Amino acid sequence: MAGRRIVPIGPYHPLQEEPEFFKLVVEGEKVVDIEIHIGYNHRGHEFISPELTYDQVPFLVERICGICSNSHPMAAVMAVEDICNLEIPERAKYLRTIVHELERIHSHLLWVGLAGHFIGYNTVWMWAWKYREHVLEVFEMLVGNRNHYAMNKPGGVRHDLRPEMVKPIRDAMDLVEKKVWMLTKAVLDDPVILSRLEGVGILTRAQALAYSTTGPTSRGSGVPWDVRRDEPHAAYGLVDWNVICFPEGDVLAKTKVRMLEMIESVKIIRQCLDRIPEGPIEARIEEVPPGEGCGRTEAPRGEVFHYMRSDGTNRPLRHKVRAPSYMNIASNKVACVGGTIADAALTLAAVDPCYCCTERMAAFEDGRLKYTWNELLKLSWQKTERVRARMGR
Amino acid sequence: MSKLGLWGLKKSPWVYHLAAAPCNNCDIEILELLTPRYDVERFGVVLVGSPRHADALLVTGVINRKSLPRVLEVYEQAAKPCLVICIGSCTCNTHIFRNSYNVVGPYDKHLPVHAYIPGCPPKPEAMILGVVKALSKL
Repeated sequence: MAGRRIVPIGPYHPLQEEPEFFKLVVEGEKVVDIEIHIGYNHRGHEFISPELTYDQVPFLVERICGICSNSHPMAAVMAVEDICNLEIPERAKYLRTIVHELERIHSHLLWVGLAGHFIGYNTVWMWAWKYREHVLEVFEMLVGNRNHYAMNKPGGVRHDLRPEMVKPIRDAMDLVEKKVWMLTKAVLDDPVILSRLEGVGILTRAQALAYSTTGPTSRGSGVPWDVRRDEPHAAYGLVDWNVICFPEGDVLAKTKVRMLEMIESVKIIRQCLDRIPEGPIEARIEEVPPGEGCGRTEAPRGEVFHYMRSDGTNRPLRHKVRAPSYMNIASNKVACVGGTIADAALTLAAVDPCYCCTERMAAFEDGRLKYTWNELLKLSWQKTERVRARMGR
Repeated sequence: MSKLGLWGLKKSPWVYHLAAAPCNNCDIEILELLTPRYDVERFGVVLVGSPRHADALLVTGVINRKSLPRVLEVYEQAAKPCLVICIGSCTCNTHIFRNSYNVVGPYDKHLPVHAYIPGCPPKPEAMILGVVKALSKL
Protein backbone atom coordinates (compact mmCIF):
# COMPACT_ATOMS: atom_id res chain seq x y z
CA MET A 1 0.00 0.00 0.00
CA ALA A 2 1.21 3.49 -0.78
CA GLY A 3 2.68 5.32 2.17
CA ARG A 4 3.53 2.16 4.04
CA ARG A 5 7.11 1.86 5.25
CA ILE A 6 8.97 -0.71 7.23
CA VAL A 7 11.00 0.23 10.28
CA PRO A 8 13.18 -2.67 11.35
CA ILE A 9 14.34 -2.65 14.96
CA GLY A 10 17.15 -4.97 15.80
CA PRO A 11 18.23 -7.73 15.63
CA TYR A 12 20.45 -6.84 18.54
CA HIS A 13 17.92 -4.91 20.47
CA PRO A 14 17.66 -6.74 23.74
CA LEU A 15 14.82 -4.87 25.33
CA GLN A 16 13.61 -8.27 26.32
CA GLU A 17 15.47 -11.33 27.43
CA GLU A 18 16.67 -12.23 23.98
CA PRO A 19 17.89 -10.05 21.14
CA GLU A 20 15.07 -10.06 18.68
CA PHE A 21 14.01 -8.35 15.53
CA PHE A 22 10.91 -6.20 15.23
CA LYS A 23 9.63 -5.04 11.88
CA LEU A 24 7.31 -2.10 12.35
CA VAL A 25 5.02 -1.37 9.42
CA VAL A 26 4.30 2.34 9.55
CA GLU A 27 2.06 4.76 7.74
CA GLY A 28 3.67 8.13 8.30
CA GLU A 29 4.06 8.34 12.06
CA LYS A 30 1.56 5.65 12.86
CA VAL A 31 2.45 2.02 13.47
CA VAL A 32 -0.07 -0.18 11.67
CA ASP A 33 1.49 -3.59 12.07
CA ILE A 34 4.44 -5.30 13.68
CA GLU A 35 6.29 -8.47 12.83
CA ILE A 36 8.33 -10.19 15.49
CA HIS A 37 11.31 -12.39 14.68
CA ILE A 38 13.19 -14.15 17.44
CA GLY A 39 15.90 -16.78 17.66
CA TYR A 40 19.01 -14.63 17.60
CA ASN A 41 19.88 -15.67 21.10
CA HIS A 42 19.36 -19.39 20.77
CA ARG A 43 22.11 -21.15 22.68
CA GLY A 44 20.55 -24.58 23.15
CA HIS A 45 20.03 -24.70 26.91
CA GLU A 46 17.58 -27.56 26.70
CA PHE A 47 20.11 -29.52 24.67
CA ILE A 48 23.01 -28.92 27.05
CA SER A 49 21.00 -29.56 30.20
CA PRO A 50 20.68 -33.37 29.81
CA GLU A 51 24.48 -33.56 29.59
CA LEU A 52 24.86 -32.06 33.04
CA THR A 53 24.15 -33.50 36.46
CA TYR A 54 21.32 -32.17 38.61
CA ASP A 55 23.85 -30.22 40.64
CA GLN A 56 25.26 -28.55 37.53
CA VAL A 57 21.95 -27.70 35.89
CA PRO A 58 21.25 -24.61 38.08
CA PHE A 59 24.55 -23.09 36.89
CA LEU A 60 23.45 -23.53 33.29
CA VAL A 61 19.90 -22.25 33.64
CA GLU A 62 20.90 -19.15 35.56
CA ARG A 63 22.76 -18.17 32.40
CA ILE A 64 19.50 -18.14 30.44
CA CYS A 65 19.08 -14.57 31.59
CA GLY A 66 21.45 -12.48 33.62
CA ILE A 67 18.64 -10.57 35.27
CA CYS A 68 16.37 -13.46 36.21
CA SER A 69 19.34 -15.46 37.38
CA ASN A 70 17.57 -16.59 40.52
CA SER A 71 14.17 -17.37 39.01
CA HIS A 72 15.36 -19.93 36.49
CA PRO A 73 17.55 -22.04 38.83
CA MET A 74 14.87 -21.82 41.49
CA ALA A 75 12.26 -23.23 39.12
CA ALA A 76 14.70 -25.90 37.94
CA VAL A 77 15.58 -27.10 41.44
CA MET A 78 11.90 -27.03 42.36
CA ALA A 79 11.31 -29.41 39.46
CA VAL A 80 14.01 -31.74 40.82
CA GLU A 81 12.52 -31.52 44.31
CA ASP A 82 9.12 -32.26 42.79
CA ILE A 83 10.50 -35.49 41.29
CA CYS A 84 12.03 -36.48 44.63
CA ASN A 85 8.97 -35.36 46.60
CA LEU A 86 11.28 -33.45 48.87
CA GLU A 87 10.43 -30.70 51.34
CA ILE A 88 13.35 -28.31 51.75
CA PRO A 89 14.32 -26.97 55.19
CA GLU A 90 12.50 -23.88 56.45
CA ARG A 91 15.65 -21.75 56.51
CA ALA A 92 16.38 -22.52 52.86
CA LYS A 93 12.85 -21.44 51.95
CA TYR A 94 13.35 -18.06 53.56
CA LEU A 95 16.79 -17.62 51.98
CA ARG A 96 15.38 -18.39 48.54
CA THR A 97 12.64 -15.85 49.09
CA ILE A 98 15.10 -13.15 50.17
CA VAL A 99 17.29 -13.59 47.09
CA HIS A 100 14.26 -13.83 44.82
CA GLU A 101 12.85 -10.55 46.08
CA LEU A 102 16.22 -8.79 45.97
CA GLU A 103 16.37 -9.85 42.35
CA ARG A 104 12.94 -8.38 41.73
CA ILE A 105 13.99 -5.04 43.21
CA HIS A 106 17.13 -4.81 41.09
CA SER A 107 15.28 -5.88 37.96
CA HIS A 108 12.46 -3.38 38.39
CA LEU A 109 14.88 -0.55 39.20
CA LEU A 110 16.75 -1.43 36.04
CA TRP A 111 13.52 -1.24 34.05
CA VAL A 112 12.49 2.09 35.53
CA GLY A 113 15.88 3.53 34.64
CA LEU A 114 15.71 2.33 31.06
CA ALA A 115 12.12 3.52 30.62
CA GLY A 116 13.36 6.92 31.75
CA HIS A 117 16.15 6.73 29.21
CA PHE A 118 13.69 5.94 26.42
CA ILE A 119 11.58 9.01 27.00
CA GLY A 120 14.62 11.23 27.31
CA TYR A 121 14.75 11.49 31.09
CA ASN A 122 18.28 10.34 31.69
CA THR A 123 18.07 11.67 35.23
CA VAL A 124 15.64 8.89 36.08
CA TRP A 125 18.03 6.38 34.51
CA MET A 126 21.00 7.58 36.53
CA TRP A 127 19.00 7.74 39.74
CA ALA A 128 17.44 4.32 39.42
CA TRP A 129 20.74 2.65 38.55
CA LYS A 130 22.53 4.45 41.33
CA TYR A 131 20.16 2.98 43.91
CA ARG A 132 20.27 -0.40 42.18
CA GLU A 133 23.96 -0.55 43.14
CA HIS A 134 22.98 -0.90 46.80
CA VAL A 135 21.03 -4.06 45.96
CA LEU A 136 23.99 -5.43 44.02
CA GLU A 137 26.20 -4.75 47.02
CA VAL A 138 23.88 -6.87 49.14
CA PHE A 139 24.18 -9.64 46.56
CA GLU A 140 27.93 -9.42 46.57
CA MET A 141 27.97 -9.76 50.34
CA LEU A 142 25.39 -12.55 50.40
CA VAL A 143 26.50 -14.78 47.51
CA GLY A 144 29.86 -13.38 46.41
CA ASN A 145 28.86 -12.16 42.98
CA ARG A 146 27.00 -9.11 41.74
CA ASN A 147 24.91 -11.16 39.32
CA HIS A 148 24.55 -14.89 38.73
CA TYR A 149 24.00 -15.71 42.35
CA ALA A 150 24.43 -19.53 42.29
CA MET A 151 22.12 -19.58 45.28
CA ASN A 152 19.94 -22.58 44.51
CA LYS A 153 20.82 -26.25 44.55
CA PRO A 154 18.51 -29.23 44.55
CA GLY A 155 17.45 -29.65 48.16
CA GLY A 156 18.25 -26.18 49.42
CA VAL A 157 20.60 -23.27 48.98
CA ARG A 158 24.37 -22.91 48.72
CA HIS A 159 25.01 -19.81 50.78
CA ASP A 160 23.94 -19.22 54.34
CA LEU A 161 22.95 -15.91 55.84
CA ARG A 162 25.49 -15.06 58.52
CA PRO A 163 24.25 -12.97 61.48
CA GLU A 164 26.48 -10.02 60.60
CA MET A 165 24.82 -9.76 57.18
CA VAL A 166 21.38 -8.94 58.53
CA LYS A 167 22.06 -5.33 59.39
CA PRO A 168 23.57 -4.33 56.02
CA ILE A 169 20.57 -5.92 54.28
CA ARG A 170 18.15 -4.03 56.51
CA ASP A 171 20.05 -0.78 55.91
CA ALA A 172 19.98 -1.34 52.17
CA MET A 173 16.26 -2.08 52.29
CA ASP A 174 15.58 1.13 54.25
CA LEU A 175 17.53 3.11 51.68
CA VAL A 176 15.91 1.38 48.72
CA GLU A 177 12.41 1.88 50.15
CA LYS A 178 13.04 5.60 50.72
CA LYS A 179 14.51 6.06 47.26
CA VAL A 180 11.79 4.03 45.51
CA TRP A 181 9.14 6.24 47.10
CA MET A 182 11.14 9.26 46.04
CA LEU A 183 11.38 7.93 42.48
CA THR A 184 7.72 6.95 42.41
CA LYS A 185 6.70 10.45 43.45
CA ALA A 186 9.15 12.07 41.05
CA VAL A 187 8.00 9.92 38.15
CA LEU A 188 4.30 9.82 38.80
CA ASP A 189 3.91 13.49 39.76
CA ASP A 190 5.70 14.83 36.72
CA PRO A 191 3.05 15.86 34.16
CA VAL A 192 5.51 15.47 31.29
CA ILE A 193 6.35 11.87 32.16
CA LEU A 194 2.68 11.17 32.82
CA SER A 195 1.69 12.40 29.40
CA ARG A 196 4.34 10.20 27.79
CA LEU A 197 3.21 7.10 29.66
CA GLU A 198 -0.53 7.51 30.04
CA GLY A 199 -2.65 5.93 27.35
CA VAL A 200 0.40 4.67 25.46
CA GLY A 201 0.64 1.06 24.29
CA ILE A 202 -2.66 -0.07 25.74
CA LEU A 203 -3.11 -3.80 26.24
CA THR A 204 -6.68 -4.50 27.29
CA ARG A 205 -7.66 -7.21 29.73
CA ALA A 206 -9.06 -9.39 26.95
CA GLN A 207 -5.88 -8.98 24.89
CA ALA A 208 -3.69 -9.74 27.90
CA LEU A 209 -5.62 -12.97 28.39
CA ALA A 210 -5.62 -13.83 24.68
CA TYR A 211 -1.85 -13.46 24.45
CA SER A 212 -1.28 -15.33 27.74
CA THR A 213 0.84 -12.53 29.13
CA THR A 214 2.30 -12.95 32.58
CA GLY A 215 3.89 -10.88 35.28
CA PRO A 216 3.70 -7.08 35.41
CA THR A 217 2.46 -7.04 31.81
CA SER A 218 -0.74 -8.87 32.75
CA ARG A 219 -1.01 -7.23 36.17
CA GLY A 220 -0.88 -3.85 34.45
CA SER A 221 -3.86 -4.95 32.37
CA GLY A 222 -6.08 -5.97 35.23
CA VAL A 223 -5.24 -9.69 35.37
CA PRO A 224 -4.09 -10.25 38.96
CA TRP A 225 -2.11 -13.42 38.44
CA ASP A 226 0.95 -14.04 40.52
CA VAL A 227 2.49 -17.47 40.97
CA ARG A 228 3.82 -16.42 44.34
CA ARG A 229 0.24 -16.10 45.60
CA ASP A 230 -1.51 -18.70 43.45
CA GLU A 231 0.94 -21.51 44.13
CA PRO A 232 2.92 -20.49 47.20
CA HIS A 233 6.45 -21.80 47.01
CA ALA A 234 9.50 -21.00 49.14
CA ALA A 235 8.30 -18.76 51.99
CA TYR A 236 5.67 -16.81 50.08
CA GLY A 237 2.83 -18.51 51.90
CA LEU A 238 4.38 -17.57 55.25
CA VAL A 239 4.70 -13.81 54.80
CA ASP A 240 2.18 -11.05 54.33
CA TRP A 241 2.15 -9.13 51.06
CA ASN A 242 -0.16 -7.91 48.31
CA VAL A 243 -0.45 -8.54 44.58
CA ILE A 244 -0.28 -5.20 42.80
CA CYS A 245 -2.70 -4.86 39.91
CA PHE A 246 -3.92 -1.94 37.82
CA PRO A 247 -6.66 -2.20 35.19
CA GLU A 248 -5.63 0.47 32.67
CA GLY A 249 -3.20 -1.59 30.58
CA ASP A 250 -1.03 1.32 29.43
CA VAL A 251 2.66 1.88 30.09
CA LEU A 252 1.81 3.97 33.13
CA ALA A 253 -0.05 1.07 34.73
CA LYS A 254 2.91 -1.24 34.12
CA THR A 255 5.22 1.36 35.64
CA LYS A 256 3.01 1.68 38.71
CA VAL A 257 2.87 -2.11 39.10
CA ARG A 258 6.66 -2.35 39.05
CA MET A 259 7.17 0.62 41.37
CA LEU A 260 4.74 -0.68 43.99
CA GLU A 261 6.01 -4.25 43.66
CA MET A 262 9.41 -3.04 44.78
CA ILE A 263 7.82 -1.74 47.97
CA GLU A 264 6.10 -5.12 48.45
CA SER A 265 9.44 -6.86 47.90
CA VAL A 266 11.04 -4.74 50.61
CA LYS A 267 8.16 -5.72 52.88
CA ILE A 268 8.68 -9.42 52.12
CA ILE A 269 12.44 -9.24 52.73
CA ARG A 270 11.94 -7.51 56.08
CA GLN A 271 9.47 -10.13 57.23
CA CYS A 272 11.80 -12.90 56.09
CA LEU A 273 14.69 -11.40 58.05
CA ASP A 274 12.44 -11.19 61.12
CA ARG A 275 11.12 -14.72 60.90
CA ILE A 276 14.01 -16.74 59.44
CA PRO A 277 14.56 -19.77 61.71
CA GLU A 278 17.86 -21.39 62.58
CA GLY A 279 18.63 -24.77 61.10
CA PRO A 280 20.13 -26.55 58.11
CA ILE A 281 20.07 -24.86 54.70
CA GLU A 282 19.85 -27.96 52.59
CA ALA A 283 18.27 -31.39 52.57
CA ARG A 284 20.38 -34.18 51.19
CA ILE A 285 19.15 -35.89 48.04
CA GLU A 286 20.37 -39.48 47.90
CA GLU A 287 19.04 -40.24 44.46
CA VAL A 288 16.55 -38.86 41.99
CA PRO A 289 13.91 -41.49 41.20
CA PRO A 290 12.47 -41.90 37.70
CA GLY A 291 9.56 -39.56 37.13
CA GLU A 292 8.48 -36.11 36.10
CA GLY A 293 8.44 -32.84 37.94
CA CYS A 294 7.79 -29.19 37.34
CA GLY A 295 8.67 -25.97 39.08
CA ARG A 296 7.02 -22.56 38.79
CA THR A 297 8.24 -19.26 40.11
CA GLU A 298 7.30 -15.67 39.56
CA ALA A 299 10.29 -14.01 37.92
CA PRO A 300 10.39 -10.20 37.76
CA ARG A 301 8.90 -10.50 34.25
CA GLY A 302 6.31 -13.20 34.85
CA GLU A 303 5.92 -16.88 35.34
CA VAL A 304 8.93 -19.14 34.79
CA PHE A 305 8.09 -22.78 34.27
CA HIS A 306 10.57 -25.66 34.24
CA TYR A 307 9.74 -29.26 33.49
CA MET A 308 12.13 -32.14 34.08
CA ARG A 309 11.92 -35.82 33.42
CA SER A 310 14.22 -38.23 35.19
CA ASP A 311 15.13 -41.80 34.29
CA GLY A 312 16.76 -42.54 37.62
CA THR A 313 20.29 -41.47 36.65
CA ASN A 314 21.98 -38.32 37.91
CA ARG A 315 21.15 -36.36 34.76
CA PRO A 316 17.78 -35.12 33.53
CA LEU A 317 16.37 -36.94 30.52
CA ARG A 318 14.44 -33.91 29.35
CA HIS A 319 14.44 -30.34 30.56
CA LYS A 320 11.90 -27.87 29.21
CA VAL A 321 11.95 -24.17 29.99
CA ARG A 322 9.10 -21.74 29.46
CA ALA A 323 10.21 -18.17 30.04
CA PRO A 324 7.76 -15.30 30.51
CA SER A 325 9.12 -12.97 27.84
CA TYR A 326 8.13 -15.36 25.11
CA MET A 327 4.45 -14.60 25.64
CA ASN A 328 4.95 -11.00 26.64
CA ILE A 329 6.87 -10.14 23.46
CA ALA A 330 3.99 -11.44 21.36
CA SER A 331 1.62 -9.01 23.03
CA ASN A 332 3.50 -6.18 21.32
CA LYS A 333 1.58 -7.24 18.28
CA VAL A 334 -1.45 -5.45 19.68
CA ALA A 335 0.14 -3.01 22.13
CA CYS A 336 2.30 -1.26 19.53
CA VAL A 337 -0.24 -1.03 16.74
CA GLY A 338 -2.02 2.30 16.60
CA GLY A 339 0.70 4.20 18.40
CA THR A 340 3.35 6.47 16.92
CA ILE A 341 6.94 5.51 16.14
CA ALA A 342 8.12 7.77 18.93
CA ASP A 343 6.10 5.70 21.37
CA ALA A 344 7.07 2.36 19.86
CA ALA A 345 10.45 2.26 21.57
CA LEU A 346 8.75 2.81 24.92
CA THR A 347 5.93 0.37 24.29
CA LEU A 348 8.29 -2.38 23.21
CA ALA A 349 10.30 -1.67 26.33
CA ALA A 350 7.30 -1.56 28.64
CA VAL A 351 6.48 -5.22 28.21
CA ASP A 352 9.65 -6.63 29.55
CA PRO A 353 12.94 -4.96 29.03
CA CYS A 354 15.87 -6.87 30.34
CA TYR A 355 18.08 -4.09 29.26
CA CYS A 356 18.58 -1.78 26.39
CA CYS A 357 20.79 0.99 25.25
CA THR A 358 23.15 0.47 22.40
CA GLU A 359 21.19 -1.38 19.83
CA ARG A 360 21.33 -1.23 16.12
CA MET A 361 18.23 -0.05 14.48
CA ALA A 362 17.58 0.88 10.89
CA ALA A 363 14.61 2.35 9.08
CA PHE A 364 14.66 2.14 5.32
CA GLU A 365 12.75 4.39 2.98
CA ASP A 366 13.06 3.47 -0.68
CA GLY A 367 16.21 1.55 0.08
CA ARG A 368 17.86 4.36 1.99
CA LEU A 369 18.49 4.46 5.70
CA LYS A 370 15.81 6.59 7.34
CA TYR A 371 16.33 6.37 11.06
CA THR A 372 19.09 4.92 13.14
CA TRP A 373 18.26 3.70 16.61
CA ASN A 374 19.74 6.88 18.04
CA GLU A 375 17.64 9.04 15.77
CA LEU A 376 14.60 7.11 16.86
CA LEU A 377 15.54 7.73 20.46
CA LYS A 378 15.96 11.38 19.54
CA LEU A 379 12.44 11.37 18.10
CA SER A 380 11.21 10.06 21.41
CA TRP A 381 13.19 12.69 23.29
CA GLN A 382 11.91 15.44 21.03
CA LYS A 383 8.37 14.43 21.79
CA THR A 384 9.12 14.83 25.49
CA GLU A 385 10.54 18.27 24.74
CA ARG A 386 7.42 19.22 22.81
CA VAL A 387 5.16 18.03 25.59
CA ARG A 388 7.29 19.86 28.08
CA ALA A 389 7.14 23.08 26.08
CA ARG A 390 3.39 22.78 25.68
CA MET A 391 2.98 22.36 29.40
CA GLY A 392 5.33 25.20 30.13
CA ARG A 393 7.68 23.13 32.28
CA MET B 1 48.03 5.74 12.16
CA SER B 2 49.17 9.29 12.77
CA LYS B 3 50.54 10.27 16.14
CA LEU B 4 47.68 12.70 16.61
CA GLY B 5 45.10 10.07 15.76
CA LEU B 6 46.64 7.62 18.20
CA TRP B 7 46.68 10.26 20.92
CA GLY B 8 43.03 10.98 20.26
CA LEU B 9 42.15 7.30 20.37
CA LYS B 10 43.91 6.75 23.65
CA LYS B 11 42.57 9.94 25.16
CA SER B 12 38.94 9.28 24.43
CA PRO B 13 38.07 5.79 23.15
CA TRP B 14 34.57 5.51 21.75
CA VAL B 15 33.18 2.07 22.32
CA TYR B 16 30.39 0.19 20.62
CA HIS B 17 28.70 -2.53 22.56
CA LEU B 18 28.03 -5.63 20.48
CA ALA B 19 25.97 -8.33 22.11
CA ALA B 20 26.02 -11.49 20.01
CA ALA B 21 23.96 -13.98 21.98
CA PRO B 22 24.41 -12.88 25.56
CA CYS B 23 22.57 -13.53 28.79
CA ASN B 24 22.34 -9.73 29.29
CA ASN B 25 24.53 -9.80 32.33
CA CYS B 26 27.76 -8.44 30.87
CA ASP B 27 25.66 -5.98 28.90
CA ILE B 28 24.09 -4.61 32.03
CA GLU B 29 27.48 -4.35 33.65
CA ILE B 30 28.68 -2.36 30.64
CA LEU B 31 25.77 0.05 31.07
CA GLU B 32 26.56 0.09 34.76
CA LEU B 33 29.88 1.69 33.80
CA LEU B 34 28.00 4.75 32.58
CA THR B 35 25.95 5.24 35.73
CA PRO B 36 27.03 7.30 38.72
CA ARG B 37 28.96 4.61 40.65
CA TYR B 38 31.58 4.08 37.92
CA ASP B 39 30.91 6.86 35.39
CA VAL B 40 33.57 6.09 32.79
CA GLU B 41 32.61 9.17 30.78
CA ARG B 42 34.89 10.99 33.19
CA PHE B 43 37.78 9.31 31.38
CA GLY B 44 36.45 10.06 27.90
CA VAL B 45 35.00 6.60 27.27
CA VAL B 46 31.76 7.15 25.38
CA LEU B 47 29.30 4.46 24.39
CA VAL B 48 28.25 5.16 20.81
CA GLY B 49 25.23 3.91 18.90
CA SER B 50 26.92 3.02 15.63
CA PRO B 51 29.88 0.74 14.94
CA ARG B 52 31.09 3.29 12.37
CA HIS B 53 31.92 5.69 15.18
CA ALA B 54 33.63 3.11 17.33
CA ASP B 55 37.29 2.80 18.28
CA ALA B 56 36.65 -0.35 20.22
CA LEU B 57 34.03 -3.09 20.12
CA LEU B 58 33.00 -4.45 23.48
CA VAL B 59 31.69 -7.88 22.60
CA THR B 60 29.60 -10.03 24.93
CA GLY B 61 27.96 -13.42 24.73
CA VAL B 62 28.68 -16.47 22.64
CA ILE B 63 28.36 -16.30 18.87
CA ASN B 64 25.66 -18.53 17.46
CA ARG B 65 24.95 -19.46 13.87
CA LYS B 66 22.39 -16.74 13.40
CA SER B 67 24.45 -13.95 14.89
CA LEU B 68 27.83 -14.80 13.31
CA PRO B 69 27.23 -13.07 9.92
CA ARG B 70 25.85 -10.04 11.73
CA VAL B 71 28.79 -9.86 14.11
CA LEU B 72 31.22 -10.03 11.18
CA GLU B 73 29.28 -7.30 9.40
CA VAL B 74 29.47 -5.01 12.41
CA TYR B 75 33.21 -5.58 12.55
CA GLU B 76 33.46 -4.76 8.83
CA GLN B 77 31.58 -1.52 9.39
CA ALA B 78 33.80 -0.36 12.23
CA ALA B 79 36.56 2.07 11.27
CA LYS B 80 40.03 0.53 11.62
CA PRO B 81 42.05 0.37 13.77
CA CYS B 82 39.33 -1.12 15.89
CA LEU B 83 40.05 -2.89 19.14
CA VAL B 84 37.98 -5.98 19.89
CA ILE B 85 37.61 -6.47 23.61
CA CYS B 86 35.99 -9.70 24.75
CA ILE B 87 33.93 -9.28 27.88
CA GLY B 88 32.91 -12.31 29.86
CA SER B 89 33.89 -15.95 29.80
CA CYS B 90 31.43 -16.74 26.98
CA THR B 91 33.40 -14.59 24.57
CA CYS B 92 36.78 -15.95 25.68
CA ASN B 93 36.09 -19.68 25.50
CA THR B 94 32.30 -20.16 25.04
CA HIS B 95 32.08 -21.07 28.72
CA ILE B 96 29.20 -23.36 29.67
CA PHE B 97 27.85 -23.41 26.10
CA ARG B 98 30.80 -25.18 24.49
CA ASN B 99 28.75 -28.33 23.78
CA SER B 100 25.84 -26.54 22.19
CA TYR B 101 24.99 -27.28 18.56
CA ASN B 102 24.24 -23.65 17.81
CA VAL B 103 27.41 -22.05 19.15
CA VAL B 104 30.20 -21.47 16.64
CA GLY B 105 33.21 -21.07 18.86
CA PRO B 106 34.93 -18.24 20.68
CA TYR B 107 35.49 -14.84 19.15
CA ASP B 108 39.17 -15.32 18.39
CA LYS B 109 38.21 -17.93 15.80
CA HIS B 110 36.40 -15.25 13.81
CA LEU B 111 37.84 -11.85 14.72
CA PRO B 112 41.23 -10.49 15.82
CA VAL B 113 40.86 -10.05 19.57
CA HIS B 114 42.92 -7.52 21.52
CA ALA B 115 41.89 -8.17 25.10
CA TYR B 116 40.12 -10.87 27.06
CA ILE B 117 38.24 -10.01 30.23
CA PRO B 118 37.07 -13.30 31.75
CA GLY B 119 34.44 -13.52 34.44
CA CYS B 120 30.77 -14.30 34.59
CA PRO B 121 30.18 -11.42 34.55
CA PRO B 122 33.46 -9.55 35.11
CA LYS B 123 33.22 -6.77 37.65
CA PRO B 124 32.97 -3.26 36.22
CA GLU B 125 36.41 -2.50 37.65
CA ALA B 126 37.83 -5.42 35.66
CA MET B 127 36.24 -4.07 32.51
CA ILE B 128 37.81 -0.65 33.01
CA LEU B 129 41.18 -2.29 33.62
CA GLY B 130 40.83 -4.41 30.50
CA VAL B 131 40.04 -1.44 28.28
CA VAL B 132 42.95 0.53 29.74
CA LYS B 133 45.33 -2.38 29.14
CA ALA B 134 44.12 -2.82 25.56
CA LEU B 135 44.65 0.88 24.88
CA SER B 136 48.10 0.93 26.44
CA LYS B 137 49.18 -1.80 23.99
CA LEU B 138 48.63 0.55 21.04
